[in-house]
Amino acid sequence: MAYLPATDDDRVQMLDTIGVASVEALFAGIPEHLRLNAWTVPPGISEMAVRARLAAMAARNAVHQVSFLGGGVYDHFIPAAVDELTRRGEFLTAYTPYQPECAQGTLQATYEYQSAVCRLTGMEVANASLYDGGTAVFEAATMSVRLTGRRRIVCHDSLNPTYRRMLDTHAANLRLEIVDGEAPDNAACVIVQNPGFLGDIRDFSELATRCHAEKALLTVVFYPISLGLLKSPGEMGADIAVAEGQSLGLPLAFGGPYLGIMATRKACIRKMPGRIAAATRDAQGRRGFVLTLQAREQHIRREKAMSNICSNEAWCALRALVYLSLLGKEGLREAALQCHAKAEYLKSRLGFARVLNTGPIFNEFAVRLPRDASSVAAAMAARGYFAGLPLSACGMGEAHDLLIAVTEKRTREEMDAFATALEQASCN
Amino acid sequence: MQLIFEKSRPGRRAVTWDMPDVPSATLPPDLCRSAPAELPELSELDVVRHFTTLSRRNVGVDTTFYPLGSCTMKYNPKMADAVCDEPGFARLHPHLATSEAYWPYCQGAFELIFETERLLAEITGMKQVTLQPIAGAHGELTGALLTAAYHRDMGNVKDTVLVPDSAHGTNPASAAIAGYQVKQVPSGPDGTLDLDAFKAALDDSVALVMLTCPNTHGLFEPAVEQITALAHEAGALTYYDGANLNAILGQCRPGDLGFDVMHFNLHKTFATPHGMGGPGAGPVGVGERLALYLPGPRVVSFRGGYRLATPDKSIGRVAAFFGNFLVAVRAYAYILHLGGDGLKEVARHAVLNANYVFARLRQAYQPAFPAGFMHECVFSAAKQAQRGARALDIAKALLDYGFHAPTVYFPLTVEESLMIEPTETESKETLDAFCAAMLEIAAAVAQKEHALDHAPETTPVGRLDEVRAARELDCGC
Repeated sequence: MAYLPATDDDRVQMLDTIGVASVEALFAGIPEHLRLNAWTVPPGISEMAVRARLAAMAARNAVHQVSFLGGGVYDHFIPAAVDELTRRGEFLTAYTPYQPECAQGTLQATYEYQSAVCRLTGMEVANASLYDGGTAVFEAATMSVRLTGRRRIVCHDSLNPTYRRMLDTHAANLRLEIVDGEAPDNAACVIVQNPGFLGDIRDFSELATRCHAEKALLTVVFYPISLGLLKSPGEMGADIAVAEGQSLGLPLAFGGPYLGIMATRKACIRKMPGRIAAATRDAQGRRGFVLTLQAREQHIRREKAMSNICSNEAWCALRALVYLSLLGKEGLREAALQCHAKAEYLKSRLGFARVLNTGPIFNEFAVRLPRDASSVAAAMAARGYFAGLPLSACGMGEAHDLLIAVTEKRTREEMDAFATALEQASCN
Repeated sequence: MQLIFEKSRPGRRAVTWDMPDVPSATLPPDLCRSAPAELPELSELDVVRHFTTLSRRNVGVDTTFYPLGSCTMKYNPKMADAVCDEPGFARLHPHLATSEAYWPYCQGAFELIFETERLLAEITGMKQVTLQPIAGAHGELTGALLTAAYHRDMGNVKDTVLVPDSAHGTNPASAAIAGYQVKQVPSGPDGTLDLDAFKAALDDSVALVMLTCPNTHGLFEPAVEQITALAHEAGALTYYDGANLNAILGQCRPGDLGFDVMHFNLHKTFATPHGMGGPGAGPVGVGERLALYLPGPRVVSFRGGYRLATPDKSIGRVAAFFGNFLVAVRAYAYILHLGGDGLKEVARHAVLNANYVFARLRQAYQPAFPAGFMHECVFSAAKQAQRGARALDIAKALLDYGFHAPTVYFPLTVEESLMIEPTETESKETLDAFCAAMLEIAAAVAQKEHALDHAPETTPVGRLDEVRAARELDCGC
């Protein structure tokens, strides 16, 4: 049978060593009447048949449309070396580095990932990863509660509405007061997002000052690629920076696996959730890396831990590190510049629609179309375009509003044709 | 070896972009960063050599026997990775699910989610499954949130979750984050839950009883049915931690044992490699009583296709989309490939292998419990520790023999514990080689005190100074 190497001879010898007559005897601990007699899990099929069935299923998904979908998840280019390197079995099939001597690859990569996150965000320390952007916002909120002893969380209207709802769901029984606005009075933290969900970019430095005057923390949710260009959370004076890290070399993959990024100030590290790799030495003085400050974590502290997180997204963090290493200092800046320039170009081509953003944008903007955005989206999809995200589907804006994102992958030619098609679909 | 940042040379490039085909645009300087992020500047070959070298300072299941108890480090077929590369899965934007306008364009993904949830429900005897939770602990938290929503809805005031002392640390941590008090229930001398202590702890303040079965001692809880029945009589719900599901696939089902809610660790049981600590996935299964509260939206079948609907009393979203979708793709491919009969053989061989290792090592190492091990066996190295070779030292010595170490110092209930889970995918030859190494180590310790102090000697670095790491706290540069 597939993936089971035991031969008949092996089984006989092993049972003999164990001293039982049959494999069934090893299940004697399960009371007889609880044993499963029949189930309807279908019989197995060959790898070839599985591949064919999954390929057919995948083919019922549309991925060849020219896409302007964003809303927190972006279609960026992924260099071939990201896949090639991260799929090495020594990375992909290792587990949490509990034995650091034989996991230096994992631990050094984690240390380098943490370093890259700090350099990108302008923050002082980062953890090894969280699940995704939405759960990272929740972890930032509870971390703020631990740091300040306060229970009010203030959500700015720039925050992704899904993250806002996930925060409500996760904190349902924690007796937190989760409110909308930006007033830091008596708050554990104010959570802002830059660029905002509708694409607006702001400088939250002044809000950081106000937060600190009120002894509240500022959490900035950032978009990693935008930091090739935009003022970093650290430069704004953020206390905690979190992000959805998908844009750093992770495929769209219908929503996951993605990567939760978290960074903070050094003074806050002991209240930060998640694993942390740190540099140290062995007896011979050689540099090596270990997991550190584990007394914050569930396997040591149980119900008193900073978080329940155990499995995280380590392999996705490795992808982010390889991606950032390949793009490098200039490559990331250029990617951000191209995203911005292309979005500005497309925005200038949509004169028939009303742009809703009043200030500067990065690579995403909202427009009010002459017609219902959902019906325009449906018509455009049939013509080979995913025109963007109808905002009413996210419980935001009006029925005519569409959120449009542009990455470095879109060409001028595609955008010109798209603008024409969108005008036709919206105005006729 | 050098850090990637230490290899950087100004002006060196790997990825370059085409010349912009649109006019350049500017932003107000006060919105821009003052200087580019100091990312490394390297050629593609520099990056390839760096990460290839790093990978060679790691071991994984693909290179090495990895009997890490409680983690189910089995071989995960490459076929399951390959199906994730289908462009229809890998390049699919999740916001296609957000607007009904796009639902015709992601029907294949909806079908995969629907079918995977259905199969996982059948495998475990649960009524419905949600793929949203992103990891096992996230599944536990979701289960505790469902429990809270249920009791609130029923008008029950309950503030306590019971957790065995042998449970994974995530159980109490998840219960606490869901807003509950945690009360620990001790194990008896035979390694199973102390039933009298459980009865004493069970009162009408208990909202949820969490159980791992087989438990983290590798033992099936003989009174599992009585435990779930007593919990229900007291008005509590029951939670099955699916960490050890590999041991009972096709043998018995949590739903039939009386559990109301459970999580799966798809990365342990259903063909996702552990990725150095994730991503995994922690889908949650529920019985009838909790189905109305599941996270939404859910994929439902509709007129020969699929659409989304949110249960009436849904707790909301626990993930932005459908959880770790590509992990579900792997699980679905694995279940199709092995089929019902294959999954049963998985459990049978996992248990056979663990019992074989136990039989070969039980003279040299003190069994933590007398008998009844299923997919993993637990020893105490207390005897060796008296001779200056603690469980940690034995773990390090194994690295020199070319094996990964078992789990050490967990479960917390066993002094100097060594927890060995060989899994079903390992051959008898590998198990024999591992056992031979364990026996040689035991013999060395018997012959000489502190025999293992210098291990490991063959790894890229020796034992690392963890105190210094915490004191100097250099966790990035």
